[in-house]
Amino acid sequence: MPHDHHDHLSPSGHPYRKDDDVELTYWQTMEIAVRELLIEKGELTAAQITSQIDAMDARSPANGAQVVARYWTDPDFAEALLADGSQATRDMGYDIGPMKLIALPNTPTLHNVVVCTLCSCYPRNLLGLPPDWYKSRAYRSRTVREPRRVLSEFGVELSPDIEVRVHDSTADMRYIVIPNRPDGTEGWMQDQLAELVTRDSMIGTGLPKHS
Amino acid sequence: MVSGQSVRVKSYSPPGHVRTPYYLRGKTGIVERVLGPFPNPEQLAYGLKAEPQPLCRVRFSMAEVWGKATDNPSDTIEAEIYSHWLEELDT
Repeated sequence: MPHDHHDHLSPSGHPYRKDDDVELTYWQTMEIAVRELLIEKGELTAAQITSQIDAMDARSPANGAQVVARYWTDPDFAEALLADGSQATRDMGYDIGPMKLIALPNTPTLHNVVVCTLCSCYPRNLLGLPPDWYKSRAYRSRTVREPRRVLSEFGVELSPDIEVRVHDSTADMRYIVIPNRPDGTEGWMQDQLAELVTRDSMIGTGLPKHS
Repeated sequence: MVSGQSVRVKSYSPPGHVRTPYYLRGKTGIVERVLGPFPNPEQLAYGLKAEPQPLCRVRFSMAEVWGKATDNPSDTIEAEIYSHWLEELDT
């Protein structure tokens, strides 16, 4: 009987999942009200809002991976990125809006990792939306206190002689970690190298893929 | 404020919206670089006229922040602290 929910299993044998139609929260209701008012009063159009959502959804870690790969292959760009991360990124053609970006290069003796303990600041205008765990209370509170344990849970084990530097993104700047270029990639082109750069390696909770 | 300056984060707890993490209050560090100025978020959050404030990236040692409770005392933490939260120390 397909509609008998015996043991809460579907006919395919998987547990039923509840429909996601819970009530709106206060702030969700507020957002809808303000959005509808702005449209009614002609301040914005629905199409503008949709196109902004599309623009945000089009951003992805692939953008950051290109920035990292160019840093590895183009010394002038590397210098420009360290001097002014926002401008160098815009000059590559990425529309990052008003975002203020600082690039944090790892070295053989330094490993950078980014967190926002106060909320969930993330370089969305370059990398797209953050992973859910980045916004979790556990990641935000533990990364500043026991970064090596957190990194270890992500599979990143660092020897004690490598300094771990945690960047708490507390105010106006946003951060991208520049991981170390993997060994064995001498002579690779920027696009090939970008394939090795993962989202987590730009947060600092991961390393690039091996070549 | 200049980079290399030794500073202590003020340890008071004013009410309202502040962007100085509680765990860094009263801690001593070194200014890594000076940024800004940026509008003071403590005023901006309430729609008030926000005074521009230099923003400093301050570097702290894990030992300074967490004492013996840290997994590696020579690891470091950097955070952005608005300059009105910083006291300059003699070095």
